[in-house]
Amino acid sequence: MKHLIPEFEAIKKRLPAEGHSTLVLPCLHRIQEDRGYIADEDVDALVEYLGVPRIQIEEVLTFYTMLRRRPIGRWHLQVCRNVSCSMRGAERLIDHLSRKLGVAPGQTTPDGRITLSTVECLGSCGTAPVVMVNERYHELQDEQSLDKLLGELEQP
Amino acid sequence: MTGRKILMDFEVTPTSHTLEAYAARGGYQALAKVLREMKPAEVTKEVTAAGIQGRGGASFPAGRKWQVVDPDDGQPHYLLANADEGEPGTFKDRWLLEHVPHKLLESMLIASYALCVRNCFVYIRGEFDLPYRRLAAAVEEAYAAGYFGENILGTGFSCDIYVFRGGGAYVCGEASSLLSSVEGTRGYPRNRPPRLTVKGLYQRPTVVNNVETLSNLAWILKHGAGEYRKVGTEKSPGTRLISISGHVNRPGVYEVECGYPWKKFLDEDCGGILNGRKLKAIIPGGISSQVLPGEVAYGLELSHEALWDVNSSLGSGGMIAIAEGTCMVRLLQVMLRFYHHESCGQCTPCREGMGWAHRVIDRIVAGKGRPEDIDTLIHISKFNDGTTICGLGDAAGYATVDFIKHFRDEFEYFIEHKRSKCDGRLECLPEVAHA
Repeated sequence: MKHLIPEFEAIKKRLPAEGHSTLVLPCLHRIQEDRGYIADEDVDALVEYLGVPRIQIEEVLTFYTMLRRRPIGRWHLQVCRNVSCSMRGAERLIDHLSRKLGVAPGQTTPDGRITLSTVECLGSCGTAPVVMVNERYHELQDEQSLDKLLGELEQP
Repeated sequence: MTGRKILMDFEVTPTSHTLEAYAARGGYQALAKVLREMKPAEVTKEVTAAGIQGRGGASFPAGRKWQVVDPDDGQPHYLLANADEGEPGTFKDRWLLEHVPHKLLESMLIASYALCVRNCFVYIRGEFDLPYRRLAAAVEEAYAAGYFGENILGTGFSCDIYVFRGGGAYVCGEASSLLSSVEGTRGYPRNRPPRLTVKGLYQRPTVVNNVETLSNLAWILKHGAGEYRKVGTEKSPGTRLISISGHVNRPGVYEVECGYPWKKFLDEDCGGILNGRKLKAIIPGGISSQVLPGEVAYGLELSHEALWDVNSSLGSGGMIAIAEGTCMVRLLQVMLRFYHHESCGQCTPCREGMGWAHRVIDRIVAGKGRPEDIDTLIHISKFNDGTTICGLGDAAGYATVDFIKHFRDEFEYFIEHKRSKCDGRLECLPEVAHA
């Protein structure tokens, strides 16, 4: 994490002086982007850098669903299963992906390539159903477009 | 056409979101006028006179929220744009962030000037990728052009902005919980009083406004409150961005002038219901607003007062159309699973109640429902109401009670026959001819 400190210092310039703990979430996001997850040594380094109690960082890590303590697959497929996506076929897509990848939602394929998850509303209801692949949205999906998408994911 | 336009008043092109394009459409002129010709109190007066109501869900008048803040009390104040758009069915702020991020930024500068804010924030939901990149690029453009930073346009006014990404928690769209999140803790909502406009971020007076609410301000200050009042109805001035999804032929984001007929909107603008079906029900403004039967909706106009009269609301503008043949029991199951998943766990009635409600509806859908389950769901819903810090549990309860009120027969049928009265369908598929 230490190599990211210059970036964190740059963020501080646009933040009010009285809010040092505001950096907790931005730092965790950046660390995860860098490493893929947040390791114990990152937590140690952040506690030291921000001077906040360790428990505060741990609480944040367990509260926000986007933050991970463990590595996941190279490709993270997140299928929205909320109201509008369900009304446009999300349940079929989840079954389809599960069958095709041989894993249930929440699991990673044995080769470590793909993690399948379900998520709640991604704000893409007008172009439902939506599947997020890593950070990108893929909208108006069906079985055929998902097969194509899976084929395009680079091999390990 | 859905009436006059304030926000979607331009043609979307691959570059229409840039500063250059926004400036060519007259962007940042309102800011220059405000900074050079108006006093902060006059800006607040204009916003109050415009009567614009909050577009995040609660429809609270923005001006009245602002009036609580005393610009001259000598302490720091904060402004936050709530872009944690997570209410299921809502995707209108995303449209603004992707297509007119500068409208939000200009409006936030105007608001910051009015409220004596030195540091403002946009709290954007963490999953939003393109909206974040567009907004972050717009912020850099605005800094480079001298609209943010020290001594803006040579007027002595200084303001910084930071785009804060959320961590994937629905509850953080609630204003106080959003502030907890910015302070670097779990996104727990806070008890009021004190109001956030008295003690908000870092215990300072803070205004949290929705992205759409704020984005209207540049227009209001440019044309004046009087002109704004001419758009919409007397009690619902202006327009609403309606994001419609579900079983309509043309889902998407529409800017609708308040007072526009709902039936016309659905039948003509949205192209009617899929496969020529009838409209069974409609969720008007995000799943936390109460569901209405189709025939009720057809008789109404799209305004706050019309929806309040039928005990519902325009809420967040996240409209979901539900076609005839959709299983309302399974739809409520999807909703209760969501509320259970998103309950932050701070207040016992919501933390436990959402879990109970979710398990009861799961039991019904699994064909193991008991006759008393309907009353149990209503009991949990009513117990939640008013016993928790924020409105998440209340909203889940209202949704449950109204689903049962309008479609009780489907719940009774499911429990008695151990299967859905409507084949358990959520999708609206074309009828297959029987052989």
